[in-house]
Amino acid sequence: MAFEYEKYLRMDKIPHLWCPGCGIGVVLKAMLRSVENMGWDKNDIAFVSGIGCTSRAPGYIDCNTLHTTHGRALSFATGIKLAQPAKHVVVFSGDGDATAIGGNHFIHACRRNIDITLVVVNNNTYGMTGGQHSPTTPIGYKASTTIYGNIDPTFDICLLAKAAGASYVARATVNKGKMLEKYITKGFEHKGFSVIVATANCHTQFGRKNKMSDPISARKWIESREIPIDKARNMKALELNDKIITGEFISEEPEQTYWENYNHPIHEYTEAYQRIREKAQAQDKH
Amino acid sequence: MKTDHYEARFAGVGGQGVILAGKILAYGMVSFEECRAIETPTYTAQVRGGATKVDVVIDKNHIEYPRTENLDFFLCLHQKSFNIYFKEIKSDAIVVVDPNLTPSIPEKITQKLVLVDLIDIAKKQMGKTLYAAVIAVGIFAGMTKVIKESNIQKAVLDKAPKGTEIENLKAVKLGLELGKKALRSKDAIVKLTVEDAFIPPNADK
Amino acid sequence: MKKSVRFYSGAELVGKAAIDAGCRFFGGYPITPSSEIAEYMSVEMPKVNGTYIQMEDEIGAMGSIIGASLTGAKVLTATSGPGFSLKQENIGYAYMAEVPCVICNVMRGGPSTGLPTALAQADIMQAKWGTHGDHPVIALTPAYLEEIYELTIKAFNFAEIYRMPIMLLLDEVIAHLSAAIELPKKEMLVIKDRRKPTVPPEKYFPYDTAYGDVPPMANFFEGYRYHVTGLSHDKTGFPTTDPDLVQADQERHLRKVKANINNIIDYEYYQMKDAEVIVFAYGSTARAARVAVDNARKLGIKVGMMRFRVIWPLPETEILKLCSKAKAIIIPEMNMGQLSDVIERYAADRTKILRINHVGGVPIHPTDICNVIKEAI
Repeated sequence: MAFEYEKYLRMDKIPHLWCPGCGIGVVLKAMLRSVENMGWDKNDIAFVSGIGCTSRAPGYIDCNTLHTTHGRALSFATGIKLAQPAKHVVVFSGDGDATAIGGNHFIHACRRNIDITLVVVNNNTYGMTGGQHSPTTPIGYKASTTIYGNIDPTFDICLLAKAAGASYVARATVNKGKMLEKYITKGFEHKGFSVIVATANCHTQFGRKNKMSDPISARKWIESREIPIDKARNMKALELNDKIITGEFISEEPEQTYWENYNHPIHEYTEAYQRIREKAQAQDKH
Repeated sequence: MKTDHYEARFAGVGGQGVILAGKILAYGMVSFEECRAIETPTYTAQVRGGATKVDVVIDKNHIEYPRTENLDFFLCLHQKSFNIYFKEIKSDAIVVVDPNLTPSIPEKITQKLVLVDLIDIAKKQMGKTLYAAVIAVGIFAGMTKVIKESNIQKAVLDKAPKGTEIENLKAVKLGLELGKKALRSKDAIVKLTVEDAFIPPNADK
Repeated sequence: MKKSVRFYSGAELVGKAAIDAGCRFFGGYPITPSSEIAEYMSVEMPKVNGTYIQMEDEIGAMGSIIGASLTGAKVLTATSGPGFSLKQENIGYAYMAEVPCVICNVMRGGPSTGLPTALAQADIMQAKWGTHGDHPVIALTPAYLEEIYELTIKAFNFAEIYRMPIMLLLDEVIAHLSAAIELPKKEMLVIKDRRKPTVPPEKYFPYDTAYGDVPPMANFFEGYRYHVTGLSHDKTGFPTTDPDLVQADQERHLRKVKANINNIIDYEYYQMKDAEVIVFAYGSTARAARVAVDNARKLGIKVGMMRFRVIWPLPETEILKLCSKAKAIIIPEMNMGQLSDVIERYAADRTKILRINHVGGVPIHPTDICNVIKEAI
């Protein structure tokens, strides 16, 4: 039986604003399927986003949805999650939104390991504003602001997330919707901060300037660069240059004995804060 | 309190505890003397080792202007803060300094000057320099009579950390005796050393 | 007989009042001279099952309180000039999305890093115009410790009543002095909560003007599943570029304050009955001004004071009346004349405005004001 996306969508807001063939739709579908996999009640989910093409997604989802300022979605989401730790908070962001203007919130959300799932759609460009170069535009590629070729080195969002302390990090491309769904579902299940990077095509902006202006050629470009993480482990750094490594980068559940063994680096933030409340209240009585 | 309005400043460097001296005084005035008091510590980026002070404005009535204008009392435990905070002081005010830490005082000082080896006294009589602040509060009370001897002792006891009551009470009493001695002295410049610092047996009478 | 004495600093009183007003979420970032508020909240919030978080930056702190407010929490952040600047985009978001929140700014000298530890009233205009676009503004300027408590609670009430960010402007003098004060009994406090929808979710619109200029606000996770955006939006909360809708919505935002101005303006007259010269003052400067008025009265000068407890919006009608009647209006400010510029526009040529502007980080002394009062007659 076909999946009923309508169940999770605000159908009166469709058609969406994304270009035909845009990769964001694949990611949105994978995310809605993951919600279904979890069996979550729509009333218990907040979808939060910043600014950009990707950040328009929450508007189409029939949940509590919050479209915030550029780059700041994670900070709003942190407030929501801390105020209502039992609810599910999912942030939907783009590469520019999450790693440029929102870079500070990104690394610190990772560091806190707060139980939020962040889905970053990486299309290597600022689509909505006209295809300027982003922190993930590969060197040598063109953008509306790098017509002579980009010289800015890129971030690997997954490695950045892992280094900053996120406890579940995975990447899949929009060519593999099922894999994306699997990782997003795992991110939802995971207790802690999860980052799922979805490598997506923006043929309209990024593609047009780099000789792949239709969805098929843009996705083929992605496919040609994909290396599964197991294979990548046996490859040299130089061979991995320009490649998209897919798979799970880290998957660590928080240590339940955090309070007894407070040196353990992994604890989920809202749970740790609950211990702070208990400690403060016990001292107060005393 | 005999006058309606009184202004005091305790100055030193961070870590000497002068801020605590101001807190004890303000607390004592409000709790036991039916007065109002506003206590304003310095606010600088430096905490340890930097010039620091606390101003206490005391009034029988509501205090409108919260800052000091004319200081009646100035106690200083470091040259660094003396140079910065020796200002707004009445010509007939009381100025108390530790001469070992504040060697350079203006020659033509009009105020009553008390040179007290405060740190030395704290070290020798109390075993720890950190009691200097509480001794200072005692000197203030003994000299100025702004707060009753019994009341400053109560204030010190209320503010002393648990388990240090006996030592703090001794420190404030030492200060009271030093203050009273300075008050009795007719000299323009009063000098007090560790020899002057003792509590007579009938001190509480 | 020993009284029960508790000393409070101004910073502590902001935190205490916030908690008594029902604040259960504080998101902050360290900045001098406001950090004492954050420190107090880090100790007290967990005791009342609230949340304290030190965010990664000022922008994030502002974002976190907006997020928490959407779940129904009353929220506070505290900052100073540079941090206030950083927060401004998200403050604009809170205006646009109509999210209740309180921003306390312990003002310091500027621009840029300015004078971090010295006092100033430098952000009177930033509180009004800091974020881009037009928006209503409510900013409170307490002058006494008791008033910090009272006006902090009032700030939370305004935030809840009007669904908007409220500015609480302190200066270093009153934020850091300590005194023993008596707080009102809890049962005497008037605490307001945001109006929640009474209709079922399918009939709910987050910006439904059928209920007046301040629409009822549903909490996230309570079944209403609505959309919030910083884009111009229609009553459903979804973006619109319809010129008529956008125009009407902007006008409604401003009307929230304008139509309720008599419930918001808050000022005090002192010695005004026969006053020919009038001092306009706010914050701790007003305390020096009051002493100056007393001193000038002793010299037989007919001088009075109008003190603003709420600086935005100003009581326009009253100010206009005074401008027609006063020989001179004296405005002492610890900035280069941010209020004076505004009052000058009210005054036009009807009275002269005498400014006292200190930006060196030291308080304006009563004598400074008294001298100008003497010049004015």
